[in-house]
Amino acid sequence: MMTPTDDPPLEIGPHSFQSRLFVGTGKYRDLDVMRDALAASGTECVTVAVRRMQLGVPAGKSLLDYLDRERYRLLPNTAGCFTADDAIRTARLGREAGMSDMVKLEVLGDPDTLLPDPVGTLEAAAVLVKEGFVVLCYTSDDPVVARRLEDLGVAAVMPAGAPIGSGQGILNPNNIRIILERARVPVLVDAGVGCASDVTRAMELGAHGVLLNTGIALAVDPVRMARAMRRACQAGRDSFRAGRIAKRLYASASSPTEGLIEFAGE
Amino acid sequence: MTDRSRAQDITVNGERHTVPVPLSVAQLLEHLHVDLRHVAVERNRALVPKRDYASVAVDAGDTFEIVTLVGGG
Repeated sequence: MMTPTDDPPLEIGPHSFQSRLFVGTGKYRDLDVMRDALAASGTECVTVAVRRMQLGVPAGKSLLDYLDRERYRLLPNTAGCFTADDAIRTARLGREAGMSDMVKLEVLGDPDTLLPDPVGTLEAAAVLVKEGFVVLCYTSDDPVVARRLEDLGVAAVMPAGAPIGSGQGILNPNNIRIILERARVPVLVDAGVGCASDVTRAMELGAHGVLLNTGIALAVDPVRMARAMRRACQAGRDSFRAGRIAKRLYASASSPTEGLIEFAGE
Repeated sequence: MTDRSRAQDITVNGERHTVPVPLSVAQLLEHLHVDLRHVAVERNRALVPKRDYASVAVDAGDTFEIVTLVGGG
């Protein structure tokens, strides 16, 4: 009996994951909803951000109190960094705070589009790979930049489907396809996912995984959307592995064309 | 000898703090009541690993970043 679990795990650097969905921990209404949504998504890896600690306020419950470390591997990000240097410092702090060697590297080039700065990204990736980080690198859907990042030794390339938090889906599936055809490391579609079918589409293109946050966190019912995303990811992965039929211009009958009864007028 | 009458100014997370001299990073964190579970510390833009908290001294004029992990995508 073939089941979705016959899928080999996704290997990123030394880490392996059964779930191909990577989920962010930002923007949820509250931490209870976040915890339930993460559980419903089936994810095994969650992104977190590195920020200044609030000093002088009594320590209340923090994000980490809601994350079961047995269940989720932490993926600290460098969100909000606009230079390679800031991203490198943030990555080092994230590794220290999160006890995780993985980093979601992002070096942004513009505050309105949040599109990545390819020059800064390459610069930071080179340093972090040398320092032993397992770098999962947010990038645009440019196949040349993706190749350059691979050459530097990143563990995964994560092209944006669309701008972060925009929910526009995969704007240029052809670029994602080109990246996938040439990739020697896992490719995760990161950013822009608005609904479950966006996840399915990414996985059907052959993406090795999908990373999303806003699509779940800001849905009216985040837990239900998380469940939809989990199923969409599995459906898309199965659909990809099953091998789709070729598209054709004309119809092809599904029922036998022979053995029909005698019709009136023949 | 510890001289509790002396004090020094440092910057922590963008704000000025007056702290005793001498002071280690470990003592600074205690002084600021920092929850040590998911913390990371930078001194003058360089990471201070946890194992060095006790041995790294705080100097007048130092700039510290004390961070933790929060929700993010």
